[in-house]
Amino acid sequence: MEKPNDSNNDSAWLELELPEKLLAELEKTAKERKLSESQKNKMLEELKKRYLASQVTPGEAVGIITAQSIGEPGTQMTMRTHHFVGVAELNVTLGLPRIIEVLDLRKEPKTPSMLIYLKSPHNQSREAADKISNRIRQVVLGELAKEISMNITDYSILLKFDREELSAHHVSLDGIFDILLKQLHGYAVEKQDGGIVIKQKEKEIKKLYKLKEKIKELPIAGIKEISHTLPINRGGEWLIQTFGSNLKSAMLVDEVDETRTTTNNIVEVAQILGIEAARQVIIDEITKVLEEQGMPVDPRHVMLIADIMSQNGELRSITRHGITSQKSSVLARASFEIPLKHLINASVVGEVDQLRSVVENIMINQAVPVGTGLPGLVVKMKETETKRKGKHDS
Amino acid sequence: MTDVYLNGGLIGTVDDAAKFAESVISGRREGKVTSLLNVYHNKKEDTIRLWTERDRVRRPLIVVRDGKPVLTDEHMAKLKSGELKWSDLVKLGVVEYLDAAEEENAYVAMTPNQIKKNHTHLEIDPIAVFGICTSMVPYANFDPSSKLNRGQKTQKQAMGCYALNFWNRMDTAINLLHYPQVPLVKSFTQQIYGDALSSGQNVVIAVIGFDGYNINDALIVNRSSIDRGLWRSTYYRPYVTEKLRYPGGQIDDICIPQKDVQGYTLEKDYRFLGEDGVIAPEVEVGGGDVLIGKTSPPRFLGKLEAFSAAANIRKDTSVRVRYGEHGIVNKVIVTESEDGQVLIKVDVREYRKPEIGDKFSSRHGQKGVIGRIVPPEDMMFSASGIVPDIVFSPNGLPKRMTVGHIIEALGGKVGALAGRSVDGTLFHSEGSDKLRQELLALGFRNDGTEVLYDGRTGRQYHAKIFVGNMYYMRLKHQVADKLQARARGPIALLTRQPTEGKAKEGGLRLGEMEKDCFVAHGSALLMKERFDSDKTIQWICEKCGAVGVFDSYRAKAYCLCGEKTKVEPVEMSYAFKLFLEELRAMHIRPKLMLKDKY
Repeated sequence: MEKPNDSNNDSAWLELELPEKLLAELEKTAKERKLSESQKNKMLEELKKRYLASQVTPGEAVGIITAQSIGEPGTQMTMRTHHFVGVAELNVTLGLPRIIEVLDLRKEPKTPSMLIYLKSPHNQSREAADKISNRIRQVVLGELAKEISMNITDYSILLKFDREELSAHHVSLDGIFDILLKQLHGYAVEKQDGGIVIKQKEKEIKKLYKLKEKIKELPIAGIKEISHTLPINRGGEWLIQTFGSNLKSAMLVDEVDETRTTTNNIVEVAQILGIEAARQVIIDEITKVLEEQGMPVDPRHVMLIADIMSQNGELRSITRHGITSQKSSVLARASFEIPLKHLINASVVGEVDQLRSVVENIMINQAVPVGTGLPGLVVKMKETETKRKGKHDS
Repeated sequence: MTDVYLNGGLIGTVDDAAKFAESVISGRREGKVTSLLNVYHNKKEDTIRLWTERDRVRRPLIVVRDGKPVLTDEHMAKLKSGELKWSDLVKLGVVEYLDAAEEENAYVAMTPNQIKKNHTHLEIDPIAVFGICTSMVPYANFDPSSKLNRGQKTQKQAMGCYALNFWNRMDTAINLLHYPQVPLVKSFTQQIYGDALSSGQNVVIAVIGFDGYNINDALIVNRSSIDRGLWRSTYYRPYVTEKLRYPGGQIDDICIPQKDVQGYTLEKDYRFLGEDGVIAPEVEVGGGDVLIGKTSPPRFLGKLEAFSAAANIRKDTSVRVRYGEHGIVNKVIVTESEDGQVLIKVDVREYRKPEIGDKFSSRHGQKGVIGRIVPPEDMMFSASGIVPDIVFSPNGLPKRMTVGHIIEALGGKVGALAGRSVDGTLFHSEGSDKLRQELLALGFRNDGTEVLYDGRTGRQYHAKIFVGNMYYMRLKHQVADKLQARARGPIALLTRQPTEGKAKEGGLRLGEMEKDCFVAHGSALLMKERFDSDKTIQWICEKCGAVGVFDSYRAKAYCLCGEKTKVEPVEMSYAFKLFLEELRAMHIRPKLMLKDKY
């Protein structure tokens, strides 16, 4: 680059606007080191120069480089997929399966999991976190009941409870009774000396057995979907890792710090917190896997993927249903999975392929519009009538 | 009540499963039931499964009763004197065969002194845990199991003497090692297998880097060792043809084909053929040379064509030496096939010296290719004047943890110096401590290292270098079979792209991922050039966008939509032209819209 001239104000690169964060940092350093105004200006120029130099060159095939940068460690990952991370019983899918899950935008991850951060007094001790953790975890009737017995003679089911068990989960007998009343229609529900009796009208044992199984799975307390919770200590504070994800309900719990609580379910995040949050979760999830496997990838590659997946305001997967289906070129779409469908549809509508991107140009063996193939020569023609005039429309 | 299954089918129930299983086993040991029956009591499923099916894999184990093996010294003595045979032991219930299912119920002790009360069986020898090839790896119990897998695999690929009657055989593509040796360090299994059919040679190794030519498992080989006959081999390939009869009285002809035969190549290709159309032994031939001259009658004769002149043109179906191969005709056999046709076999042999790129391996999965063949004067030498045959890099050892590899080298050194064979049978091998003491007694350092001098400078190496003797095998993967390159050559008819594969003199494909690298580098024009192999110029109609016709008689191009429309030459890949045609075959009409490029 040319040596910048202080007096030359019309250099384009000096007009460049730097991100606010960089400028603030510059201001801070200038104050710390007690720089003079001219020193500060020199620094600003240098900063702009470096900022420009660090930008990607026009025509760089960033997409392919991203694909290669993530694909290469991916081939090694397949060899060791059986690794899990997490504490004891909480195994979270990691490795290649998880990356595929993220890129395919699976509605439900194989192992949905949340990290629930807690507000100040509650995140200080294990006991406090334990308390909330117990409240968050979904409890089904089968866990609470000390005894669930069928009485075949009068077609009824008897539920017996342990008082201590109930108070540990912050539920009362009346509460359970109310839930049963609400959930079970067409059955007679009665309280009976410290227990509950459910009577079935039909005289059918098979049905009674089914009812028993249904009752066992009836959620009584806690947040739906969250089947396990585990308080863990991270960076000096206690937080709760869960198996199962329900971001909305978890954020509504008073003690939960809703600003930091996350889930690994990207679709859920997009619905509740919006596309920007979903983009961040994509980045975090991919980075987490790559880091765990000890394969550091430049964050910009991961960000590019997250950007493409979220750029339209709604999530698109990296599959033939997602980003590939939105390519403008027929040939590019056809060259990736189910070509017939695309070719036939294109012929029905009479689509025109402008041959603007890489794949099409490789197919017809022309220079691809990337790198050295990108720039064209622009010639200013004289304003004279030539035979070929009118053809130079590009 | 426990279900009892025989070969997978339910045959009944028993009340006491454990007792039943026990009675079956004791009945088998006493000879009341066939020894081929196995019983498996699955406690989890609560079933008894009896197996008598053929083709089960079974293995023998010594029966243990009340914490003591049933096999006694008395038995052993009788075995030695010949009073008892192996089959007698099975009959006596001393040894029994277990299949995979019954093994689930067995608790097998490795050695007699390990036996505790609840053991049911005793391993005849720990070596029986491994297969034949694996147990031939010396000091195998010092290697990781994954390396044993590979060591076992490379032994199968090793050249050697595959059969003693090889001279009378004609096997397809066979490598024979000249002067195979018995390993200095060998296992018990190797002795059973037989010394006559060994498949490698004992070499002196040094473990040191050599100017980077032995990076990544490559080997440095001493040229004087090769000149003295180390690892030389012969490659045999038979070519076979049959004089076939066709319906209608037509018959193949073994002869020197006439020049008017369809598919006749250059005259020089047929120069070695004798009057009978077959080559003579001991003739040096190269790729494309005809070994057996043969013409066949034209195929698929229609009714009309039978009377035309073309009907009598015969095809050249001569047997030629494969592209890229050469050698000397070893043997010619003219005989009769099972159907009574004339059968001709020509065996071609090629004499091969080790060259750069040939693959070698020790028995521990430490395989590598020759990186450089070094003249003897440049090799390192020891004070006693020993020059290593091969040099491999120390970097291959720590990450693979093949300790057995090092012990074998140590044992080989002792064996070579003391003039004896060292026992490397896994679990029973001569210990490395003992070997070290012996090495010391023989006047060498006990850790196997020696002071070496650089052959080029004569200077002493700063470090002491590990020198030993190892058994190295030449593997069947040789560059001579694989080396291939082309600048131009045959193309496929349909796509006009270069053919694929070495046999067809094919090109090296620039595949999908290689293409991506070009894109990533942004070298668009270089990539275009690389994909130019099927470049074609098509005349495209400006009006209708279809591929036009070039009339070479009038030297004029036109489109079928009307002779007056303008057609322009457009450069594209032939594959794309094919694609357009395929689309038309699917009733999709592609149009090309032309535009000036700049």
